[in-house]
Amino acid sequence: MAAPIMETPVIELTGVTKSFGPVDVLKGVSLAAYAGKVTALVGDNGAGKSTLIKGLAGVQPYDTGVIKFNGEVVSLATPRDASHHGIEVVYQDLALCENLDIVQNMFLGREETAGGIMEEAVMEREAALTLQSLSVRTVKSVRQKVSSLSGGQRQTVAIARSVLKKAKLVILDEPTAALGVAQTEQVLNLVRRLADSGVAVIIISHNLVDVFQVADYISVLYLGQMVANVETSETTNNDVIGYITGSKTYTGESL
Amino acid sequence: MSTPPVPGPGDSAPSTNTAVNSVNLPPTLIGTGHEGTAMDQVRGYFSRVRSGDMGSLPALGGFVVLSILFAFLNPYFFTTLNLANLFQQAGTLMMLSMALVFVILIAEIDLSAGVTAGVTAGLFVVLVNTYQVFWVLALATSFVLGIAIGSLIGFFVAKIGVPSFVVTLGLFLGLQGLQLVLLGEGGLYRVETPQILSIMNDNMPVWAGWVMVVVVLLVTYGIGMWDRSRRKKAGVPNRPMSLLWARLIAIAVGLGFVVYLLNENRSRSVKVLAGVPIIIPISIAILFIGTTVLDRSKFGRYLYAVGGNPEAARRAGVKVTQVRLFAFITCSTLAVVSGIFDASRIGSIDAGSGKTIVLSGVAAAVVGGVSLFGGRGRLSHAVIGAFVIAVIDNGLGLLGLPSGVNYLVTGAVLILAATVDAISRNRAGGKLTRT
Repeated sequence: MAAPIMETPVIELTGVTKSFGPVDVLKGVSLAAYAGKVTALVGDNGAGKSTLIKGLAGVQPYDTGVIKFNGEVVSLATPRDASHHGIEVVYQDLALCENLDIVQNMFLGREETAGGIMEEAVMEREAALTLQSLSVRTVKSVRQKVSSLSGGQRQTVAIARSVLKKAKLVILDEPTAALGVAQTEQVLNLVRRLADSGVAVIIISHNLVDVFQVADYISVLYLGQMVANVETSETTNNDVIGYITGSKTYTGESL
Repeated sequence: MSTPPVPGPGDSAPSTNTAVNSVNLPPTLIGTGHEGTAMDQVRGYFSRVRSGDMGSLPALGGFVVLSILFAFLNPYFFTTLNLANLFQQAGTLMMLSMALVFVILIAEIDLSAGVTAGVTAGLFVVLVNTYQVFWVLALATSFVLGIAIGSLIGFFVAKIGVPSFVVTLGLFLGLQGLQLVLLGEGGLYRVETPQILSIMNDNMPVWAGWVMVVVVLLVTYGIGMWDRSRRKKAGVPNRPMSLLWARLIAIAVGLGFVVYLLNENRSRSVKVLAGVPIIIPISIAILFIGTTVLDRSKFGRYLYAVGGNPEAARRAGVKVTQVRLFAFITCSTLAVVSGIFDASRIGSIDAGSGKTIVLSGVAAAVVGGVSLFGGRGRLSHAVIGAFVIAVIDNGLGLLGLPSGVNYLVTGAVLILAATVDAISRNRAGGKLTRT
């Protein structure tokens, strides 16, 4: 098996644990995500994917374990910490305000102002340029209300939002779960372009077809343990299903 | 990313924008809704209206229809005296309704706004009449009380999480009690401050009315041009200049006509009664400042965000608790202004002041197009809604119908407006229930 990339991962978790009372949800998990690469995090329900992500987002800090960001040990105790390091989570239930337009949503919480007055023109321009840098062509106007957008377009806005924040690590929680075929394709292309622009991407998905299409690496969680870290090109659909269900044991060296 | 846009595969496809009227822009830039001719803009507006974004259009229509109806039923309705009357009648309600917009926008309610108005005005007259406090100081004290009431509501709603309906219902009762204690059983205080009385009862000199029109036009033009220059500097397209001219002409004609009518002598006795009532420039100024806050400040944006999806706002880093708190403080503060207006109009304060007006205030906002579901609505909607309610009040009053009919009609209009709100929200793709 080819040695993993020599460069320092953007984020590297080592021996992360988390328990809720007597229940150990994460039992010493390790995970790495690299700049410009898409890492898929897969696992059955209850495997601990959400808990792992919440720790990275700073929403629910881990009990023990080492978090390295660009090689340096950091602590992610609050969402603010995560945001400070450039970690953005695009949640499954999209965190957008339907009554606001695309620009307003993309800049929500960090509006550009001059003398207390919002710089609408500057924000409009930045939003349009960001969408354009992601080759988004499905959105007609950046002043459209989000309520008038389709699921795929909303996902696009949510992802563009993290790009606008100059995120170094973007975590996507089931970005294609509620989408049709064409929209799934659009979003997956967007995820690829996002990674190609130099961002480290972690994508959580139940859909292995999507995973194999877009991911560079696949990390499999099984009952709170990372049972496999493989390069997508060196594994098969059946193997991954085996790891997820626990019917097959990963024999290669850990990434 | 800060990296320059990299054209992706197929990015050379022609943009869907038909007309980008700025040379600074790369032609593939996604549209902003500002490009195109005036005709395109008008078409865009109508398509938004059709998709359920009606704003205050139903209320404006209702206002026109009601006005015509009442003019037919009673010739006195369309006299300049009644026109001036209407402004003064609508003044208090308009102010209270504007106050309520700030809390309705975040999908909350302040049922105590009316009695807040009453009790703060009560404090004012007691301080001036009984304790001989200088009126400016008394007014300031009233505002402090208003801010305190708003903070109290905000504390319970935003920090503790008690539903605003319950908190403000409690205050609705409690503040009436406070007012009784303040004024004494059956207490009635005359307002004796000439400055306060003149708000609702005096008129500006004729020339000042025209100055007001010019100021409004200049401010509109100035802001319009400033926006255009900012957009040009940022390299985003501007709407056609003709739209700004059209707006200026509309203001000049509309406001000019009202001022012209009010500058006529409307007295029915020998004493000349002419000029724009002082309440009008005050209301315009408050409307302007409030609209600027809602449209152009972060606080305004966060009110809409919290009203639309509080969880999304929280995740985006908006301090939701703080925004809610300030929404209630703003509401109560503006309610004080409405209380002063009411005191000025009635000329006296008693224990019942402000007790019944709050539901009309909510009705005015909803009739005008402010959504009770939160996140949608403008201050101007509340103003238009207040005029609709005031016209019903005024017109039915002129017809000499029993006041029961008045309540029945106003109630029916409110339910109608709320229904339109719910249906248009449904059409706009939103959910009927709050998320």
